[in-house]
Amino acid sequence: MAEPLLKVSGLEVHFPIRSAFLRRRVGTVRAVDGVDLEVARGETLALVGESGCGKTTTGKAILRLIDSTAGSIRFGGEEIAHHGTSALAPFRRRMQIVFQDPYASLNPRMTVGGILAAPFDIHRIGHAGDRAERISALLRTVGLPADAARRYPHEFSGGQRQRIGIARALALEPELIIGDEPVSALDVSIQAQVINLMKRLQAERGLAYIMISHNLAVVSHVADRVAVMYLGRVVETAPREQLFFHARHPYTQALLSAVPEPVPGRSRSRQVLQGDVPSPAKPPSGCHFHPRCPIAQPRCAEETPRSRIIAPNHAVACHMVSA
Amino acid sequence: MSATAAPPESQAGRVWARFRRHRLALAGAFVVALLMASALFAPAFAPQDPTLLDTALRFRPPFAEWAHPLGTDELGRDTLSRLLYGGRVSLTVGLVAMVTTVATGALIGITAGFLGGWIDMLLMRFVDTMLCFPQVFLLLVVAAFVPPTLLSISLIIGLSSWMEVSRIVRAEILHLKEQDFVAAARALGASRRRIMFRELLPNAAAPILVAATLKVASAVLMESYISYLGYGVQPPLASWGNMLTNAQGYFDTVPWLAILPGAAITLTVMGFNFLGDGLRDALDPRLRMDP
Repeated sequence: MAEPLLKVSGLEVHFPIRSAFLRRRVGTVRAVDGVDLEVARGETLALVGESGCGKTTTGKAILRLIDSTAGSIRFGGEEIAHHGTSALAPFRRRMQIVFQDPYASLNPRMTVGGILAAPFDIHRIGHAGDRAERISALLRTVGLPADAARRYPHEFSGGQRQRIGIARALALEPELIIGDEPVSALDVSIQAQVINLMKRLQAERGLAYIMISHNLAVVSHVADRVAVMYLGRVVETAPREQLFFHARHPYTQALLSAVPEPVPGRSRSRQVLQGDVPSPAKPPSGCHFHPRCPIAQPRCAEETPRSRIIAPNHAVACHMVSA
Repeated sequence: MSATAAPPESQAGRVWARFRRHRLALAGAFVVALLMASALFAPAFAPQDPTLLDTALRFRPPFAEWAHPLGTDELGRDTLSRLLYGGRVSLTVGLVAMVTTVATGALIGITAGFLGGWIDMLLMRFVDTMLCFPQVFLLLVVAAFVPPTLLSISLIIGLSSWMEVSRIVRAEILHLKEQDFVAAARALGASRRRIMFRELLPNAAAPILVAATLKVASAVLMESYISYLGYGVQPPLASWGNMLTNAQGYFDTVPWLAILPGAAITLTVMGFNFLGDGLRDALDPRLRMDP
């Protein structure tokens, strides 16, 4: 098999906890604690999990917006985890991000034209003469009128702003776009429009997506494969259908059973997890999920489960699951 | 809140609507505009050369004769002319000092706030150190070694009063740099310099503008202090500060010689302060108190 577009292995991002006095290191938040991921060209990988499980941090570490503590990030076959600013520059063109909050992700003091000109300015693409043409082409691609370039972000609705954010991400014609909850801040009626726009762009341009989300309905609509994260680790990875209908990890099963059932009257056994998500500053020993797991055994508290392939493309990190 | 007027569309419109409700700010803006105009057109308004001596006409009272509407001083110089030309000096010093203050303060604030770490620590301890010295002493010590010209006085004042601006800008940058649009710029590969000056600085414009206005007022006051103490603007060039110095010997007999420049200083400082307050309320609705 050819090398995937993106291959992340053993990724760790730890943040120091410092004391108020003298800023001494008194602990570590293990936001990302050994994540393995692969994304092929043109596919959509959904990264799901509860808030605080490290999915956004994983996305930002892949983009090198946050430095990783350990592990490898290979993009297009090249290791980029330790690249400096100049070595990273060509990769900035190949990976982009769309943010969750369309109000914070656009500079309020710049016109939309200025925001969309930035990628070309930074990478010295084209010349001043064709700048306007490039910008209006981008606006057309995301379904906004060309005169939007002269206006400021506050003049647009949330959905329109998110389109501007997508246009900015597209400007450099990247191969991979990381969507950090790209629709969760939008009205439900607008969510579908933005998702369909992203799917259309993927079909037209062969983009790969990492969709970070906690919304399983969105995930079931866009993802080719799904990776489930719990407390800084990926617990299960599987193709979409496989994951939704044959989830094997007890955490994935609990997560799926928590989705509200759209058909009234049809009941389904619901697993309610006990307790809260533990703090990533003090994760449980062994399998991070064992204190809340309905099928935990003594072994789970001692030994960290390794991810094992139990079916084609289906990997689970659980001692209790066998092929 | 009245429901009669439709809310203005643009951001500038909203700012103006809030500013207009602030009566003192409007008065401040009017006074500042008047002072600017009178300083700009001083040669046209002044009855005569402000340095022209006429010992035959000493200590004329104000409002007594057309030739000297505000009277004359101890050397027979026309007080109105001296006030107008003194205003020129004060406003020049105020504006140049303000530009120096804002440029220095913004540069240090944005560098400290954006780069963080030990650079931030070092710069902020430097700010603390500068704040330890009473500004007037600092000014007098430096003024004793540097020949007093308009430019040198302005620079000395500007370089000894940027600390507040740098703290304001740093605080603003600390808040702004965590926003997603900065992360977006980094993801695009923007250089630090581009992020600092193209993305962040324009977003800190409102507090900088307010600080700038208030700094004009304090620079005018500072110039008066040091000119009054004799280290600032040197005679025969008129400044409100050295007019006060000359007047102090005659305060019991001809008080208007002190009252007129004193009133000019007070009016200017208050004008800029009210203008700054109004701008703050208009530009930053979070700080606004409902009328």
